[in-house]
This record gives sequence, C-alpha cells and structure tokens, in this order.
Amino acid sequence: MAPAAIELKGINKSFGAVHANRDIHIEIPKGTIHGIIGENGAGKSTLMSILYGFYQADSGEIFVDGGKAEIRTPNDAIAAGIGMVHQHFMLVENFTVLENIILGAEGSQLLNAGIARARSELHRLEKDYGLEVDPDAVIEELAVGLQQRVEILKALYRGAEILILDEPTGVLTPAEADHLFRILRMLKDEGKTVVLITHKLREIMAVTDNVSVMRQGTIVATRRTAETTVEELAELMVGRRVLLRVDKGEPNPAAVKLSVKGLTVKDSRGVTMVDGVSFDVRAGEIVGIAGVAGNGQSELIETIAGIRKAISGSVLLDGTPIDVTGAADPGELRDRGLAHVPEDRHHVGLVLPFEENENSMLGYHDDPKFLKGPFLNIDAIRADAREKIRTYDIRPADCRLKTANFSGGNQQKIVLAREMEHDPGVLIVGQPTRGVDVGAIEFIHKQLIAMRDRGKAVLLVSVELDEIRSLSDRILVMFDGRVVGERGPDATEGELGLLMAGVEAREAAE
Amino acid sequence: MDTLVQLLDATVRVSVPLLLACLAGLYSERSGVFDIGLEGKMLAGAFAGAAAAAASGSAWTGLAAAILVAVFLALVHGFASITHRGNQIVSGVAINFVAAGSTIILGQAWFRQGGRTPSLVGDARFEPIELYGAEAVRDVPVLGPIYSDIISGHSVLVYFAFFMVPFTWWALFRTRFGLRLRAVGENPAAVDTAGVSVTWLRYRAVIITGVLTGIAGAYLSVAQNAGFVKDMTAGKGFIALAALIFAKWKPVPAMFACLLFGFLEASSIRFQGMDWPLVGRVPVQLINALPFVLTVILLAGFIGRAIPPKAGGVAYVKER
Amino acid sequence: MSTPYAKLPAWADYGLIPLINLAVAFLVAGLVVLLVGESPVQAATLLLKGAFGSGAGIGYTLYYATSFIFTGLAVAVAFHCGLFNIGGEGQAYIGGLGVAIVCLSFDGVFPWWINFPLAILGSAAIGAFWAMIPAILQAKRGSHIVITTIMFNFIAASLMVYLLVGPLKPMNSMAPQTRTFAQDAWLPKLDWLLELFGATIRSTPLNLSFLLALVMAVVVWVLIWRTKLGYEIRTYGFSPKAAKYAGIGEARIIVVTMMISGALAGMMALNPVMGDQHRLQLDFVTGAGFVGIAVALMGRSHPAGIVPAAILFGMLYQGGAEISFVMPNISRDMIVIIQGLVILFAGALEHMFRPSLQAVLASLAPKSMGMSATKREGA
Repeated sequence: MAPAAIELKGINKSFGAVHANRDIHIEIPKGTIHGIIGENGAGKSTLMSILYGFYQADSGEIFVDGGKAEIRTPNDAIAAGIGMVHQHFMLVENFTVLENIILGAEGSQLLNAGIARARSELHRLEKDYGLEVDPDAVIEELAVGLQQRVEILKALYRGAEILILDEPTGVLTPAEADHLFRILRMLKDEGKTVVLITHKLREIMAVTDNVSVMRQGTIVATRRTAETTVEELAELMVGRRVLLRVDKGEPNPAAVKLSVKGLTVKDSRGVTMVDGVSFDVRAGEIVGIAGVAGNGQSELIETIAGIRKAISGSVLLDGTPIDVTGAADPGELRDRGLAHVPEDRHHVGLVLPFEENENSMLGYHDDPKFLKGPFLNIDAIRADAREKIRTYDIRPADCRLKTANFSGGNQQKIVLAREMEHDPGVLIVGQPTRGVDVGAIEFIHKQLIAMRDRGKAVLLVSVELDEIRSLSDRILVMFDGRVVGERGPDATEGELGLLMAGVEAREAAE
Repeated sequence: MDTLVQLLDATVRVSVPLLLACLAGLYSERSGVFDIGLEGKMLAGAFAGAAAAAASGSAWTGLAAAILVAVFLALVHGFASITHRGNQIVSGVAINFVAAGSTIILGQAWFRQGGRTPSLVGDARFEPIELYGAEAVRDVPVLGPIYSDIISGHSVLVYFAFFMVPFTWWALFRTRFGLRLRAVGENPAAVDTAGVSVTWLRYRAVIITGVLTGIAGAYLSVAQNAGFVKDMTAGKGFIALAALIFAKWKPVPAMFACLLFGFLEASSIRFQGMDWPLVGRVPVQLINALPFVLTVILLAGFIGRAIPPKAGGVAYVKER
Repeated sequence: MSTPYAKLPAWADYGLIPLINLAVAFLVAGLVVLLVGESPVQAATLLLKGAFGSGAGIGYTLYYATSFIFTGLAVAVAFHCGLFNIGGEGQAYIGGLGVAIVCLSFDGVFPWWINFPLAILGSAAIGAFWAMIPAILQAKRGSHIVITTIMFNFIAASLMVYLLVGPLKPMNSMAPQTRTFAQDAWLPKLDWLLELFGATIRSTPLNLSFLLALVMAVVVWVLIWRTKLGYEIRTYGFSPKAAKYAGIGEARIIVVTMMISGALAGMMALNPVMGDQHRLQLDFVTGAGFVGIAVALMGRSHPAGIVPAAILFGMLYQGGAEISFVMPNISRDMIVIIQGLVILFAGALEHMFRPSLQAVLASLAPKSMGMSATKREGA
C-alpha cells in the first residue's frame, strides 16, 4: 500500500496558556480529498499552519509520502510539495495575477524571463484544471472567486502535490463553491491530495472521501464520509446533541419602524456595494438578511447605522429621515432609538484595552446619568456596568477587568447588553455569534427573540444560514448588492442557496 | 540668461542631497518601514565623512566612513522597527536626536573648533569633474552653457545621484528583488507564505537607505562644503520625505520633486536681500522658511490623499 | 502606542521596565562619554552633585523640570489620542510670543497676579493655534501630522527670528530680543520655598510656573481619565473605528486634542520668559519641546510618571551644566544624546526586555504573573 501523503504524529502546540493542538495523530491517504471539520477555535488552522511551516510544533513529527519532513518555514513545506490556499488571501492587491504567481519563484533576478515562463505554465494549468483567469489582470479588480483561483494557481505553479484549503467557501456563492469542488475532484483525479478545512458540514458530505473531526485541539474521530451522517458529525464536533432551532413563538409585527428606500452605497474604489435596496422592518419582528459574505450586507447595515455614507436613497427611522448621504451621526441615531451591534466587535464594537465598565457605556457616554457636568460619574458608570453583568451573566463578573481578557462570547454579551439595555426601538445586529462558543450562542439567540417579543424591530445580518433561518420572521436574500428575494422562515436551504447565488438574475442575463 | 544658467547649476547641486535622501527613503518605505530618521543619518554621515576625510586626507575614505556610520544607524532603526516591532516614528525621532547630539559632542571633542571639522583641501574633497568637451562647447548658444555649466562640472557624487534614479526604477520594477520589496510593503503575509523572508528583505531595504543617506551626508560635507558644520542638514531630511510623498513613492517623480525643492532653495539664496517690484525687500527669514511652508502646502493641497504602501509603518506579526 | 504583549504585573510594567530602559540608555550614554575620552563614573558623580548637592542645584533642577513637565504633558495628551505631536518645540517658541505680548502691553498697568493669568491665556492660545493648523490638515486633508508639525517647528523658528530682529526689538538695541519687562510682569521666585526646607541659596530661576506645572499635571489627569472629553480622546486613540461607531467626530477630537496639546506646550514659555529672563529672546526653548517627547515616553503618558521623568531630565540639564565646567568636552548636547537614547529604549524598544523579564518573574514568582489566568478561546 502506498504511504500516506501526510502523516502527523503527536503534534502539540500551545500559545501561552492555550493548548491549541493536543497530541494530534492523523493520516491522510494519497490521492484523496480529506476533510477536517471543527468549530471556530477547535485548532484546525493552527494545525495546518504547522504543516505549512508558519508555526513550529512544540513536539511531534511530520511525515510526507512516508519520509520524515522537517518543516520549519513555508519554503520547506513548498519543497515538500505542500501548497496552501489561505482563508484570507495572500495576494498583493496592486500586482497582476502573473506577478503574484511568480512571487517567491521568479527564477532569476531579471523578471522578464520568469514572467514569460510563468505565462506558458499558467496556460497549461488553465487547460488541465479549468482554472481560467486573465494573467495580466490586477488582483484588486478581480472578483473574489477569481482571486481564489489565483491562490490555487500559485500553489500548483510551485509544484504542490498536496493542496490544503482553509475555509475556501466563506467568500463564494454556492455555485462558485460547486465549481471549486469540481476543480478539487479534477485535482484528485490527477493524483493530487487535497485537505479541506471547513466548519460547514454540507461541504464535507459533498466532496470529501474521508473526514477527521477536531474538537478543542484534538482529533476526536476519523470517518469515511460515505459511512457517516451530518448529524453524527455535528454531534462529534460539539460533543453533544446540537439544538439547531430556537424555540420561539409567533411574531406580532406592528408599525413600521425602519424604512429603507432605494439605498445605494459605493465603496472607496467606486464599486457599487449596495444597489437600490428597499425594505421595511416592523416593530415586533426579526428581519434576517441572508447572503454570502461580501454581497453588500455589511455596507448596508453600516450605512443605516450611520458609520458609512450612501450615494443615494433614503432611510426613515420612525418616519423621520436619517441623513445617510451626508452627516449621519451614530450618536444622534442612538438618541433616536437605533442600536447597533457591529460585525467587528474587536475593532468597532469594543475598545479592547478599556476596562469592562468603560466599554459598557461606549456610544452612550453622552447620557446624563453617566456624567456630572463635563466629568464622568465613575460610581454611576460602574454600578450600571455591574447591573448589566448580572443580567447578562457576563463572566468574569468584574467590571474593572480589561475587556481583552474576556472570552469572545462574553465580549459579545458586553456589546449586546449595552445596546439592548438602552431600550432601542430598532436593533441592528451583524454576525452576532461569530467566534462565540455554543453556550453563549443559545443565550444570545434567546435575547434576540426576547427583543422581538418586547415589540422591538430587529434587523439581523449573518453569514450562517442556520442562524438566519432559526431566528428570522422574514428572510431577505442579498446578492451583488441587491435584495433578490424575500422568503418566510420555512424556506428550504436549497431555495435560499439559489437566491444567494443570484440564479434568477443570471438566468435573466443569459 | 546667465543668471538662469547659474540658477539651474545651483539647483542641480542643491538637489543632490535631497535626491539621495529621497531615494533612500523610497527603498525603506516601499518595503513597509517608515523612516523619518533620514535627517539624522544624513547628519551623522556628513560628520563621519568630513572627520574621516580630514584625518586621512582622502575623500574616498570619508565617503566610506559616512556610509558605514549611516548604515549603522539604519540598522539600529531596523533592529527597533523590524526585529522588535517598535514604533517606527519614535525610532526615527530617537535616531535624529542621537545623531544631532553625537555629531556636536564628538566634533568638539575631537577637533575643538566649536563643532566643525577642519577644512578639507585637495584630495580630501570631491572636486568637480569637467566632462569631455565642456570648454569647447561653452560658446554654443543655449545648448553650450547647458552642457558646460549645468551638466558638466559637478563632483562624482552628483552624477551618481542622478544615475540612481533610473537604476532605482530598474531595480524596483525589473528585478526579483524589487518585486519582492514592493510586495513586502503591500502584503508581507503574501511574501512570507511564498517562502521569502520578510525580515531579511526589510533589513536589506533599510541597509540601502543607510548607504544612500551616508552618501548624501558625505556629499554635503566632503563635496559641496569643505567640511562639517553644526546642524548642516538643516531639515533637508524632512524635505526629502515630503518630496517622497509628493512623488507618490516613485523614482522619477521623486527626482523632479527634489529638483523643484532644490530650485526653490537655490532661488532663495540667489535672490536674498533683493528688492522686489511690489513687495519691497523680502525678509530673509521668510525665504528660509519657504521650503517648509511649501511642504505644508503641498501636503495639504495636492497630495493629501496620496496612498502609501499598504503595510507601511506597521510591524509584521504572524497572525495567530 | 501599545500592542498586546507578554503580560506583566502592574508594578513591573510601570515601575521596573521604565527603570531598565533608563538604565540601558545611560549605559549607552556612558559609552559616548568614554568615546570622548572622559570617565563615565566621574561624569555621573558630577551630575548628581550638580543636581542635588546644593539648594541652588535643586532650584535649577526644578526650574528645568518645570519646562519639561509642560512639554511632556503636551506630548502625552496627544499620545492618548494616537497622535504624535513633535511640534512642541515650535508651539512653545510661539507661546513665548503670547507671553511677550501680554507682558509688554500690561507690565505697567496690572499687578503680576493679573498679568500671570493673562499671560497663561496668551501663551496657551497661541500655542493652541500653532498646533491647530497641522491638526486641521491631518483631520481634513490627511496630511501626516508628524511631518507637518516638524515643518511648523522650522517655520516658528524663522518667524520668531524675524520678529526678534525686527518688529519686537527696541529701536536702539542690537540684541535680538524685546525690552525687559517691568517688574509687574515678573513671576515671583520660589526661593523661599526651598529655604523652607533648610537650603540656603543666592537665587535660582525657580519660579511660580513650577507650581502651575504641577497644577496642570493634575488637570491633565482629570481631563484624560475623569471627563467625557478624555474618554472620547482615549477611545479614538485606541480605536478610530470604535470612536466613529460611538459617534465621536474624528475631525473634532483631533483638533481639540492638538489644541490642548499646543496650549500646554505654549505654557512652557511662561517659565523662562516670564519667570527668569523677563524678556523674549532667541531660542529660549533650548530643545525642551523635544525633551518632552522623552519625558512623555518615559512617563508612559501618565502625569504620575511625567513629573518624575521631567525632574530626571531637569537633573540631567543641571548636572550637565556642572559636568561641562569640569569636562568641557561634554556640553549640553550630551543631553540630546541621552534624550535620544531614552526615546529609543522607552519608545521604540520598550518591549525589548519584556520577554526576559517575564521569564525571570515567572520562575521566581509565578503567582504574580497570574499563571492561573482565565482560559481564553483557542486558535
């Protein structure tokens, strides 16, 4: 029997007190597509980074094609035939495709020769694997799916026999993801080995031959994909039966609280991110916006919340306009009852070096109850923070602790407590459970339903389709900056997936 | 006409330290290391160059000393910024102070002339070079003086400085080193994952910065002047930085920006104390301040939105 | 200014690390002294003697420290907003103009205790103005504040030279300075304060502005940590995106902070101009604006650290004067070198000793390092 393409024995890696990889043993057979699944924070990326020479394992051994491999730098990994497609692309945005591909493998000091060689090699790779892309295009002008192709081409150009893909479909539509899987199967047919890291069960079932489940730093199980089910894998991933649905009653929608009409937003490069979007959100309902990341949802809620400017369109809050094309002020919006839990809690929603109580009033620091004239009323601020800590079970229960020392879930609770406790009429929430452990997820979901039941209008954006489907009373799907469809919460994944891929729009174009 | 020729000749000479410092900054900043210590390195280089030239009697020894000292300071900056990921602006400011203080103290201690170095004569100084046929062509109208007065008759460092412009262009855009350098200033992670050392690339850029600022300093004290004088750089390092931003970090526009600033400085010297038609006598201090005022205007007006290398000023840390 | 790094207990973070940085800076400075051909030990002894060995020495030390407290506070306030104000030197220089205008106008009219507050307003206002322009350019045009403030230092120097050899100079005098102020525009000396502690002195330049500096240190503390504005400044300094989210106007906060910073730097001028020289003359700032950077970095931008750091540099200045009597090769410019080294080690290299210190502490006293730390989410 041929030796395994990759074998890891006893890999351990710690970052300070965090034991990210614990005694990992894994065998990846040659010429297969092997999936590695686990929740956020299970240790998958760390493991792959060790394999790619980005980090050094504290202990353990790596074997490639049966022979022991010393992988201390990405160069060693590349020499061993390992190529990696990272989750966040490693591309130089203002370089061309060719320049990015030859970076590190230019061949000689003079570039011209290297570029010519790359061009012909690229042509061959395009033919063999269906990876078409314009070699002279500048990266920042390419669509995300095409950029990913460049990443794959980079690895293949350097002679990768083993290709690792880290969460490749986060930025792809379902159709693009299918195309990627076709490419992966072609690679497998050519004898290459593919390692697919993901937290999406569907992908594992769709394309892998074998799957290893990681949980809290260890490999808990390895199965042949054909012999397991989504339910079994989910349970292995989390360690107990997963509640995929939240218990909730019927919604009771009343007056329209938020009204968006013809909103158009362009980004700093002039690319239209939101294209004439219109919808309403009523008091007492949760409207969920589904879509693959990068289709304008982020820009949409940033604009409504006042931290981004629109080109045209209008937004009415309780019937009164928000100046979205000009000087919308998040502070003023808060006064009018609009609260915003941002997608990026580390850099936008919180100031990590602050104490917990200081973050507990972020954005509400104008509130007279926190002030004594121009001075801060420290006692009132801390008392308020302690109150919130109690109500939302934030741990550790120390309002003087630096916010950076709280876990992701508790940090999110700090933000939520802050935004919810000021009794807004409208709550805008982006990626509420990203990087949050399962226990906190349930709590947060319950809080959002509670808001809705108290008669608030909730606008939810999430890339987790399950979250959207379990929380929303109405689902809007965004694709390419437009709302391409509206469905009820009982819409199927397939139906929503098609909309997310813009199928109706594309069919019309053809 | 004669005035114009003299003015242009002076422009060339005055622009050279700016140009060398500007190109020095270009390599560093393109690689993602912000450097406001150009001033300090140039000053230290000027002192070392003059001191060594005076001691050895050879301008070339002076040049070598200038380069060595400037490279040493550049490596300190590199050590702080790259290896220890410190704040790059703070590091640059610190080096400026260390250079300023050291040059005065050492100058006084070693030469006892109030901070200056002994006057350089003969071989201890870079003399102007007459290009072939300069004398003969002088009387040809228009083109003659341009060749004989503006182009010919400069010291070797001047020609070197202008040669560095096309050379830098070629190095940045036609060589492997240049491709990687530009990449590391835009996305160091891309370079790291491609198997190329980010640290070594940045250190090389920083060393080149040291070399060029050393030459700039040597030019000041061993070619243009005949020795080192306290604070002789007088802000040129910062003006070079402004020129770099103005030129949007490209070599050829950098040359024009430096020539522009050089022209202004040369004009201010030339027209000092003159009576102007409407304004009367312009105070000399205003003329002295003009390059700085102009820099502010430029930074405020046309190039307020110039986009620097994306990874500029930020230390590279592997993502966890 | 700080990045998440190896964790140390507070006393090590705020006490030990700055001391280590300082010690290394002095070691390197000692090397320079050797290069000049003198003995570092002898220099150090002279330094301490000159600074603290006599009542007059202490007086001079505190006099210099006064200037550094003002400029250190100026830099620190800007640092809290994430801005590097290198223009303290120019703002202080121009602040002197404010002092001079008040004193020259009112020195026969009002008593000193009215002239003093007026001069405070004057110097602060002009200093704030000088910082405001670079601030507006940064906020509205994105012009890098580091470069613009450096440029404004040079412009201030040119402007002041022009004024002092021209319009402000009395007709029949040759020296580039204003006329001497009348006694009504002199700040009272604090010699009596030192004599209270048993020192006998002839006279030192230590004056009332020293007490003002201490008051301003407290004011800055209250401002940064106990007011709404201070909260907004710190928010923006840590995270401009979070500040925007919180409804804090970027342009407003940059300009206001820089104006406060410039005002503090401008107030520095009170010390030499109104408190000692009693006239406006060339380059009375003598580098204090730049020392302020070192002081702010050493003091970690906190008034409780800035005051001792300022006194330390005051000690260097005064002791340095003493050294240069005995060792003429080591002039005041030595301070510039030390200042640069302190900035280097306390600023850019501030984390250099952290890992080693962490290792040492971890082996000696694991509990103080919080080894049973709360578990964080894995990678």
